[in-house]
Amino acid sequence: MSARTLPLLFLNLGGEMLYILDQRLRAQSIPGEKARKDEWTDVDRKRVMNDIITTMFNKKFMEELFKPQDLYSKKALRTVYDRLAHASIMRLNQASMDKLYDLMTMAFKYQVLLCPRPRDILLVTFNHLDAIKDFISDSPGILNQVDETFRRLIETYNCLSDGEFQLIRQTLLIFFQDMHIRVSLFLKDKVQNSNGHFVLPISGPVPWGTEVPGLIRIFNHKGVEVKRTEFTTAGNYVTPQREGSFELYGDRVLKLGTNMYSVTRTVETHMSGSSKTLASQAKENIAPNPLAKEELNFLARLLGGLDIQKPAGGDTGFRLNLFTTDEEEEHAAQTRPEELSYKVINIEATQEPGRRAELSRILGELEVAEPRPGSAEKGEDLLALMDGL
Amino acid sequence: SQAAWCVLPARVLLVLTSQRGVQMYDSDGSTMVFWHALDVPEHSAAHSVFARGIAAAGGHFVCVGTSSGAVLVFDIPPKGTNVTLNEVLEQHRDPITDIAAEQGQAPDGAGDLVTADDSGTLCLWSTGDEFTLLGQIPGSGSTCSSVTLWNGIVAAGYGNGQIRLWEAGSGRICAQVSAHARWIYALDLAPLTGKLLSGAEDSFVHVWKLSRNPDTDDIEIQHCHAECVTDTQVCGARFCDPAGDTFAVTGYDLSEILCY
Repeated sequence: MSARTLPLLFLNLGGEMLYILDQRLRAQSIPGEKARKDEWTDVDRKRVMNDIITTMFNKKFMEELFKPQDLYSKKALRTVYDRLAHASIMRLNQASMDKLYDLMTMAFKYQVLLCPRPRDILLVTFNHLDAIKDFISDSPGILNQVDETFRRLIETYNCLSDGEFQLIRQTLLIFFQDMHIRVSLFLKDKVQNSNGHFVLPISGPVPWGTEVPGLIRIFNHKGVEVKRTEFTTAGNYVTPQREGSFELYGDRVLKLGTNMYSVTRTVETHMSGSSKTLASQAKENIAPNPLAKEELNFLARLLGGLDIQKPAGGDTGFRLNLFTTDEEEEHAAQTRPEELSYKVINIEATQEPGRRAELSRILGELEVAEPRPGSAEKGEDLLALMDGL
Repeated sequence: SQAAWCVLPARVLLVLTSQRGVQMYDSDGSTMVFWHALDVPEHSAAHSVFARGIAAAGGHFVCVGTSSGAVLVFDIPPKGTNVTLNEVLEQHRDPITDIAAEQGQAPDGAGDLVTADDSGTLCLWSTGDEFTLLGQIPGSGSTCSSVTLWNGIVAAGYGNGQIRLWEAGSGRICAQVSAHARWIYALDLAPLTGKLLSGAEDSFVHVWKLSRNPDTDDIEIQHCHAECVTDTQVCGARFCDPAGDTFAVTGYDLSEILCY
């Protein structure tokens, strides 16, 4: 297993999350003058994107991320994105957060699987970063942070050998093993089969540095080529035109990792058809992992310590729905198969009373599907619970 | 992690490699015969430590490769648990990817063990109480992911999809095949017939035939058969019998073993 995998996992999943949030925010946004107090505007959208990106690329967080270490458990990683998604005025219900995470992970799994060369995972990461820079193109401060991380990536990874990249790739694939959530966008584009497995094309350009299969060359004892024969297969490959750029700026050539969501296409995920392998994987998730709490507390402390801008007027924030209607979201929450629930573990409150209130407020909102009269009591219950810790 | 059967004249051992080290079990898997922990150097937090590449060689040795490039040579007693680390071969400077012992008859001076690493470098050895390095074939930019040795012919599969044949005795190249469109994960050889099996991430499994041209004495390879395991990145491929009439395939995210 490679100890250098976490930064790539985090940044690419983060990138996918931003693509999805951006698309949903655009789809649900109302022109500024017409918007009610609880509706999204363009200004709100930019604000959310800025906040999340700022949090993601926080210097201290990045330093910690780039330290050689094992991958976090699935639970711990999921909770990191939970915190990240709530780094701004936006709120997501459990069902929407689940869907968001499903989409993010399946998208990146697809990208890792289809990478022509192991090294191309870096190009995928650069594609995500290029797009992130585009999201915050008018905020030089955050742009700087992202560029810093970009440079760090180049410094850390450009010199690694193919073998080391293959090890990173294998580490990632093991992390994603047996995940077969069906995504409607992938199914429509025929990129995923109805059984959840991705389609692996046997045509198209070969990776840079690979020859199109088919040629056998025989050499004699003097090292001179004396015979050439060919063989054919079902594949239909061609030579690639050029190599993608590994510099700070450049044409990546590879399309994996670019934004595949457009405003008009809604993306659904399908939960049915759980298999034996999913159940066994879920069992592994459910078993208590003491390390997970450790990792989580550390990250939670880091994220909790970041300065997050709160909306004026002490609003509870805007809710984003990853589904088309509230009813759909509610239905999804109720019908999610048991083995696919992420079972997010409880975040232990830190000592500062301000922090505790903040955390419990977030936790409180995660519990509530609809604003109900009883919701205030629910929040108080949680507060009491946290007091007892 | 890897698992391999090491078939020695006296006994059969199941050898497992992982990040922590090497484990050896008796052939029914019930007893752990031996356990070797890998040294973790102080300052290599960023470099992964693991064991990779397993081969039975020289009648009573099991060789295991490591991420430092060192090859551990264990002396295996005919019975019992008194396995000892006989030698550490320190020739490779990159992590070992695969090790293969001669499966047929080695011509004179050809050596009976080949080791491969991440840089594509191949080393040829002759086994014994002290292993001797006979030759080295430098890599050319692509990782050698798997290797086999048969009748003095080294067949090597590379990360760029190529298969190359080398003459073990002289170290000269005999053949170069643009075999796959992606990283080759597995190579296996059927010693009775000289059939070669290759499996790669491009979903393909190919069967080849190695031979020696009677007129020119050149080593040749021809393509026999291709099989496409739809939508699967092949991770393992092995002949099920020494003649190579059947073979089995495994892949990523695949919970089945496919037999052909």
